[in-house]
Amino acid sequence: MPDGMNVDYDGLIPNNVDLASDARVKKALETWHPGYIDWWKDMGPDGFQEALVYLRTAVSVDPKGWAKFDYVRMPEYKWGILLAPRVEGRLIGFGSHKGEPAWQEIPGEYRGMLRRLMVIQGDTEPASVEQQRHLGKTAPSLYDMRNLFQVNVEEGRHLWAMVYLLQKYLGKDGREEAEDLLRRRSGDADTPRMLGAFNETTPDWVSFFMFTFFTDRDGKMQLEALAQSGFDPLSRTCRFMLTEEAHHMFVGETGVQRIIERTCEAMKAAGIEDPGDTARIRALGVVDLPALQRKVNLHFSLTLDLFGSEVSTNAANAYNSGVKGRYREDKLDDDHRLLDSTYPVLRCRDGAIVQEAVPALSALNMRLRDDYVADCQGGVNRWNKVMEKAGIAFRLTLPHVAFNRRIGEFSAIEADPEGRVMDAGAWAANRDRWLPTGDDNLYVTGLMRPVDTAGAYASWIAPPKVGIDNKPGHFEYVKLWDA
Amino acid sequence: MSRIDFQTEPGRYRHWRLRFDGAVAELLMDVDPAAGLFEGYELKLNSYDLGVDIELSDAIQRLRFEHPEVGAVVLRSAKENVFCAGANIRMLGKATHGHKVNFCKFTNETRCSIEDATEHSGQTWICAVNGTAAGGGYELAVSCDSILLIDDRRSSVSLPETPLLAVLPGTGGLTRITDKRRVRRDRADVFCSTEEGVRGKRAVEWRLVDEVVPPSAWEARIRERADEAAARSDRPRAATGVALTPLTRRFTDDGVAYGFVTIACDRAAGRATVTVAAPAGPPPATLEAARSAGFWPLQAARELDDAILHLRANEPALGLLVLRTEGAAAQVLAHDAFLEAHQGDWFIREVRLYWKRLLKRIDMTSRSLVALVEPGSCFAGTLAELAFAADRSVMLDGARAGDNRPPAALALSPLNFGAYPMANGLTRLRARFWGEPDSVGAAQARIGAAIEAGEADALGLVTMVFDETDWDDEVRIMLEERASFSPDALTGMEANLRFVGPETMETRIFGRLTAWQNWIFQRANAVGETGALKLYGTGVQPSYDKARV
Repeated sequence: MPDGMNVDYDGLIPNNVDLASDARVKKALETWHPGYIDWWKDMGPDGFQEALVYLRTAVSVDPKGWAKFDYVRMPEYKWGILLAPRVEGRLIGFGSHKGEPAWQEIPGEYRGMLRRLMVIQGDTEPASVEQQRHLGKTAPSLYDMRNLFQVNVEEGRHLWAMVYLLQKYLGKDGREEAEDLLRRRSGDADTPRMLGAFNETTPDWVSFFMFTFFTDRDGKMQLEALAQSGFDPLSRTCRFMLTEEAHHMFVGETGVQRIIERTCEAMKAAGIEDPGDTARIRALGVVDLPALQRKVNLHFSLTLDLFGSEVSTNAANAYNSGVKGRYREDKLDDDHRLLDSTYPVLRCRDGAIVQEAVPALSALNMRLRDDYVADCQGGVNRWNKVMEKAGIAFRLTLPHVAFNRRIGEFSAIEADPEGRVMDAGAWAANRDRWLPTGDDNLYVTGLMRPVDTAGAYASWIAPPKVGIDNKPGHFEYVKLWDA
Repeated sequence: MSRIDFQTEPGRYRHWRLRFDGAVAELLMDVDPAAGLFEGYELKLNSYDLGVDIELSDAIQRLRFEHPEVGAVVLRSAKENVFCAGANIRMLGKATHGHKVNFCKFTNETRCSIEDATEHSGQTWICAVNGTAAGGGYELAVSCDSILLIDDRRSSVSLPETPLLAVLPGTGGLTRITDKRRVRRDRADVFCSTEEGVRGKRAVEWRLVDEVVPPSAWEARIRERADEAAARSDRPRAATGVALTPLTRRFTDDGVAYGFVTIACDRAAGRATVTVAAPAGPPPATLEAARSAGFWPLQAARELDDAILHLRANEPALGLLVLRTEGAAAQVLAHDAFLEAHQGDWFIREVRLYWKRLLKRIDMTSRSLVALVEPGSCFAGTLAELAFAADRSVMLDGARAGDNRPPAALALSPLNFGAYPMANGLTRLRARFWGEPDSVGAAQARIGAAIEAGEADALGLVTMVFDETDWDDEVRIMLEERASFSPDALTGMEANLRFVGPETMETRIFGRLTAWQNWIFQRANAVGETGALKLYGTGVQPSYDKARV
């Protein structure tokens, strides 16, 4: 068995980092634990703390069989500290330290940078749990409710993962940061979460699926970049988080896909061909496709802001120092130093959008964002297949990267979803064509009625093709009253 | 390179906005990234260059002169989550050494003028740090009387220059945290070497800020603090301000002509002659009539200030400034008497304070200063300070043949004995007579008299006295000799000799901090091809020569 494959399940905190023989970190984590449980009870799923949820729990880090499924009350979930197995002789793969052995301890000179990256990553994990805490009450099925809770407990585990790194490698500062991760609150005026998109509410299930598809995908991209890190414990942590993150992507993509399936099915059954025939489509109790497009526009543009400035010194520093790589750095074929190459960046020059070649090191945020857009496009294409197959003349598209931006090059201008620059007045006049309207929100909110009979689904979403853990259609994923 | 102009007005600001609400003004920093003074950098995250600071300096002046009703100024950022990221690093990386030094000097003078407004003008500056304040951003904050930091668990204050950029927080930061905010020096050491800075309660405990305020109470608390400060102010709420109208200037290849001030350049000789003219007539009959930009002491100060800044920024090769005056000394003294009689008035106070700052600016100017006191000159009272600021003053004894004007004379007024202290807190006469304090009293006894060369020499008010026979040759040789020396050695020598006696926070900023910074600015660890300033933003780590010097 390679190092780190075994998970110790005996103590309070399941782990594969030999916590039992690390008294200092064990004590720090045990001190932190009650605050975490309090936070979960205060800010975790509202009204479902006693429900038995059919959840998967990571029990190993062996990719062939890492999880088991069982009913569990969420506060009793085994949040563990699991790192991907250590690769003997792993070398730093990029930047000025390329080819040197990966660090097992934090190098003093990169302490501040690593701390910042871990805190920001850590802050997003509990934030999404807080944003989604009321959704259980309007779940369109027990299947979806279970998926929501699965995402929530795993975001909680990802917080544990970052807290472990902070406490293990950053001493007193790390402990303080770990405490602060429990004190910030999504959307709170006084103690907001660090990044803008994580202070927006997730008001309904359509938003949840969109958030999971678009915003969690940013998380995935960041984890992919950190998984390349020369700081080996961070790399190993992120690699294991990615195995869980895949499920979150699945929930988002299939969620939207099932909405589309249901809408197409209902339109065909009612003989409606025009996707813009909103009144008649909504009368069927399904989400009209143009409204879905407006949601796409909103969530995509908000998420792009999370990538930061297109041209960034911080990103350049993090890469060159071997702390944060590119998406799938180890699969890329170049010198992995980027000192002499350039990368094309869309920039805003005198109110116009132009492409400029920028030193590749400075353009890493842009590059990661490009990879992200390509990743999103794959999902959108699969959604469009559903409409194509159903013969509905509508296709979802990703808006232009300049549309509706608050951070980066395009925050200074207004552009429509096709990337045409316009003045603020013209943009405002057209806003309701592009972004969810008050009407959209009211309509979607009206659809949000809980369905808690096993095997039943709300009017606006199709059942999944396959159950979780291959369970049959009528399986009771959440036992609400069987306490 | 085009001429750097130090004149602007709010209608032309690219980076700042002023808002007025009764006795409280808000100055909002909202730097336009695309409006840098030079090509090749973007002013991201409210970072600044000289152009941003020229507007700031203008805003400070206008708040003082044009807004007597304002008793408190709130300095804040109009950008979300960022207060100010400090001086723009790419700009510093590209700038010449001379530009960096001049830039830092001007920004330091501007920060000092914020403190001067709080301390002497009844206009208390409060900094509302609503986002990250890094480096020069925090230095801007510490120049204010008090600092409120938003407690959103992410906004911090920091001086990351040493770990990040291999330079110093050179705009007073290192000095003000220990001397003004009295941060314990070991904590200051930790603070100045921690890139991410300090936030929340610790920032208060360490005295880096005065108060942390949760976002929900933020606006109300700022207003409360500002109202309290404004209530303490002695500025007249109902008075009308004095508009600082545009200066009349004419630039030619050979100099600049203002109303009362002229610059004549002699490039071959490496010098410029700066002449200040006395007012044409007596002071206005009433205080009310004095309140205008045309009031001689104000207009002359604004012109001379602009002239000095122009010479510093745009004429670096003119290393020797010959200071001259011309006109009726009696009118200068009459204006001094007016300034003295009405010193309790807010506007007259501003004029006096402006002269104080202007004369300090001259003290800080790294050019050799030689005053020529000749027949027809008017080195009297306030203008006599120019002679006392000079490294040397030379006086002509008697009259020139064929010149029916009276012999050259100096004159003193009460303003020479307290109104215009230098950075070290001393009047120029006390500094001059540091080794012979009785000489101050001897001079004071002659207030109002026309002091001709012999007496001036005896009183020690001038360096050398020549009669007509020797004057032309002696002056020519002296100026030529001066122009032949190393400009660096002269700058260092003059900066040392001008400031005798006690250290103050201000002299420490302009002496110790600036001198070290200017040394570091020359070192390869900062500005070499692999130095931190040159590589900043590229992602490539600097490599340092680790030998300590």
